[in-house]
Amino acid sequence: MSLTGNTRIAFSEEQAMLLDVAREFCRAKAPREIVRAQLETPRGYDPDTWQAMVELGWTAIALPESAGGSALGPGSVVPVFEAMGRAMLGTPLLSTTLAGQLLGRAAPGMHEEVLADIATGAVATIAALEGGDWGAAPQCHLDDDGRLVGSKRLVGDAHVAAYFLVVLAVEEAPALALLRREQLDPSRIRESELIDQTRRAATVDVTGVEPLALIVGPAVAPALRDVELLGALYVAAEAAGSAAACLDTTVDYLKTRKQFGKLIGSYQALKHPAVEILCEVDSSRSFVYHGATLVGDGALDRDAEIACRMAKAQATETLCYAGDRAVQFHGGMGFTYECDAQLYIRRAQWVQQQYGDAQHHRKRLAGLLLDAA
Amino acid sequence: MTAPQNELDAFRADVSAWLRDNRPADPGFLLPQTFMEVGSDEQLDFLREWQYKVWSAGYLGLAWPKAYGGGGMDPAFQSVADQEMRRAGVPICFNVIGLGWAGPLINDIGTEEEKAKYLKGILSGEDIWCQGFSEPDHGSDLGNAQTRAVREGDEYVVNGTKIWTTMGNYAKYMILLVRTDPEAQRKYDGLSFFLAPMAVPGVETRPIRKLTGEYGFTETFFTDARIPAECLMGEEGDGWKIAMKTLQYERGAEAGAAGGLAFVRIVIDDLVAGLAGVRRDGAPVLEDPLLRDQLVRLVMEEKAIALGDRRAAIAPLATDYPLSLPLSHKLRWTEHTRRMRQFAINAQGADGARYVGDDDALAGGFWQRAYLNSFSATIGGGTSQVQANIIAEHVLGLPK
Ligand SMILES: Cc1cc2nc3c(=O)[nH]c(=O)nc-3n(C[C@H](O)[C@H](O)[C@H](O)COP(=O)(O)OP(=O)(O)OC[C@H]3O[C@@H](n4cnc5c(N)ncnc54)[C@H](O)[C@@H]3O)c2cc1C
Repeated sequence: MSLTGNTRIAFSEEQAMLLDVAREFCRAKAPREIVRAQLETPRGYDPDTWQAMVELGWTAIALPESAGGSALGPGSVVPVFEAMGRAMLGTPLLSTTLAGQLLGRAAPGMHEEVLADIATGAVATIAALEGGDWGAAPQCHLDDDGRLVGSKRLVGDAHVAAYFLVVLAVEEAPALALLRREQLDPSRIRESELIDQTRRAATVDVTGVEPLALIVGPAVAPALRDVELLGALYVAAEAAGSAAACLDTTVDYLKTRKQFGKLIGSYQALKHPAVEILCEVDSSRSFVYHGATLVGDGALDRDAEIACRMAKAQATETLCYAGDRAVQFHGGMGFTYECDAQLYIRRAQWVQQQYGDAQHHRKRLAGLLLDAA
Repeated sequence: MTAPQNELDAFRADVSAWLRDNRPADPGFLLPQTFMEVGSDEQLDFLREWQYKVWSAGYLGLAWPKAYGGGGMDPAFQSVADQEMRRAGVPICFNVIGLGWAGPLINDIGTEEEKAKYLKGILSGEDIWCQGFSEPDHGSDLGNAQTRAVREGDEYVVNGTKIWTTMGNYAKYMILLVRTDPEAQRKYDGLSFFLAPMAVPGVETRPIRKLTGEYGFTETFFTDARIPAECLMGEEGDGWKIAMKTLQYERGAEAGAAGGLAFVRIVIDDLVAGLAGVRRDGAPVLEDPLLRDQLVRLVMEEKAIALGDRRAAIAPLATDYPLSLPLSHKLRWTEHTRRMRQFAINAQGADGARYVGDDDALAGGFWQRAYLNSFSATIGGGTSQVQANIIAEHVLGLPK
């Protein structure tokens, strides 16, 4: 076995169509001024756009047919996320898709009414973090009366979620508590101020709430692990799209702005980093679609794990670099709120922190690649 | 044009069995990792014999026409043979300028006479080829080459100096770029391309000592050297166009090469295996957290390039900048190689200071030599900086 290992990329006609449709949809429904108009609204996205996405079937792509899904597999959502990343379109699709995956994997065949709700547009989210550490075990637990004790941080789209999947520990093993929004008093949800204004998240205090359902057993831990990997892959797909759009923005400026009587794009101090970004964007897309090829409905195997972690490590650093240079290469204009560079550099910081940063994944990759007997 | 899988499988088994029985014994001296490193007669004799053997067995030039020494088969067969040679780790087929650049060029745009005269000798290794493009004052700015060729009767008289001529002292033929019309309005239009003999009076080579300490490429002097006019390829003034086509083969952006291994592929697995016995802070170096992070980055670089090759073949995933993956391959691979080999020295600790010839050097100084040699590819065939210019201008559309 070589360290480079599996290098498969397959792209079905269905996936190609999804990519096409998603790009076209984003061009039509999420031009930059529409995306910008949502930056400082409480909701952060346009409900009609969300409804249109639901009608296109995007919330159902990876859900089982028994719950009204299309059962195309978790890899098939990747082209949609890439297209949305390009448009910088937020919406709760990421939270909802991952919550659906977690529920389906941790309790297969159960809670199909919840999955069916999700397929038709109910927002769901995973409440996992309790601090800044993606590697920490949950402290959240049940008291003697079976009520939750704990507070969850940076819960994506909590402000609109109909369902919450709260990660907790029961007898030292990970477990999930399913909650409905109605069980949470609005005062329990405290909105966070995020660096990426296309996103929404909140601190959710779940203390005293009795779960609608408790999911325990040996399927929970692997389901959580797999969903963290899928989360890494989806965020990487978005980041790959955002980085490509960021590069286009920078290249456009390099082709139009003149200084010292020349287009600034003729200066190699700007030209060569632009080529470096192009190559990194290429790598990001390659890793992302490699990951999309290897993930399936079953437990993710070693190759798939490597693919998801590499995709996240690569795309995170790519977008950070692309955003950083976009600001610098726009000069004073790059320091303005009006310049799109701000969208990318802010998104980059958010992306880094979702489902583990590059160091988090490389540390685990080192174990997978270098310690294998 | 796709070969049946069962035929390819059977062929693969044949090649693999042949390689098992015919792999050459260790000659007892260091073999070149690339064709640019052939520096001694013993290396040349050894590699020449090996290439002849591979060709005679029917595993080289498989897709070239039968009439000119090739196999007249689907290119997929040559790919299989190359894969098996790589897997078996056999020596390179050294006549790369012929096999990889001059040959495909002659095959694609040469006349019947040229094909009949040159192709077979390229495959057998009997006729060694070299490349006379770079000059002391014009390297990256190749379009400005000033070596002059003046027509006199049915000959051209050539004056000037070429440099960095790989295997210049061994070659029988040279692909030669010269200026035939110094008055041309565009510098490019004054250039012409020759398939030139080296064994003529007035052509002299002087070996140059390389970064690695050995002799290798040459400076090549032309002093009133008379070259038959029929050696002109195409028409006068076609030189730039043909040279650019040659560079496309050289950079791997265009197919047509005869096959065989042009270089020993050194991958990250070789590095990890090589470091198995090295220690740092009293523990195996592969347990050092910072070096592990570096290694993972290098594995990712290598894998990203392999994945890019795959993705480039999937049309809907290569629409954004369609030329990006093919045009950036050389830049990415050679720069990755350079970084990886520098890391290989760094990871050795104090022993990284040793070099080839030191009995205590790790793997005989393999990585030290490999690192120094990696620059042959970041400089030769168009430097990394010039590659970046090309990508910026032709892929991103940035101004010159
Ligand atoms: C091992 C080896 C084997 C070779 N074999 C052959 C051979 O067989 N035949 C042959 O003809 N040639 C051969 N070459 C020559 C090679 O093609 C040239 O060295 C190369 O094209 C660079 O030219 P130069 O050496 O004149 O460097 P220069 O062009 O002088 O470059 C010097 C530096 O300036 C940079 N630079 C130059 N122009 C630009 C620009 N526009 N923008 C940014 N940076 C720039 C370069 O990247 C480089 O870093 C070989 C070279 C090597 C190292």
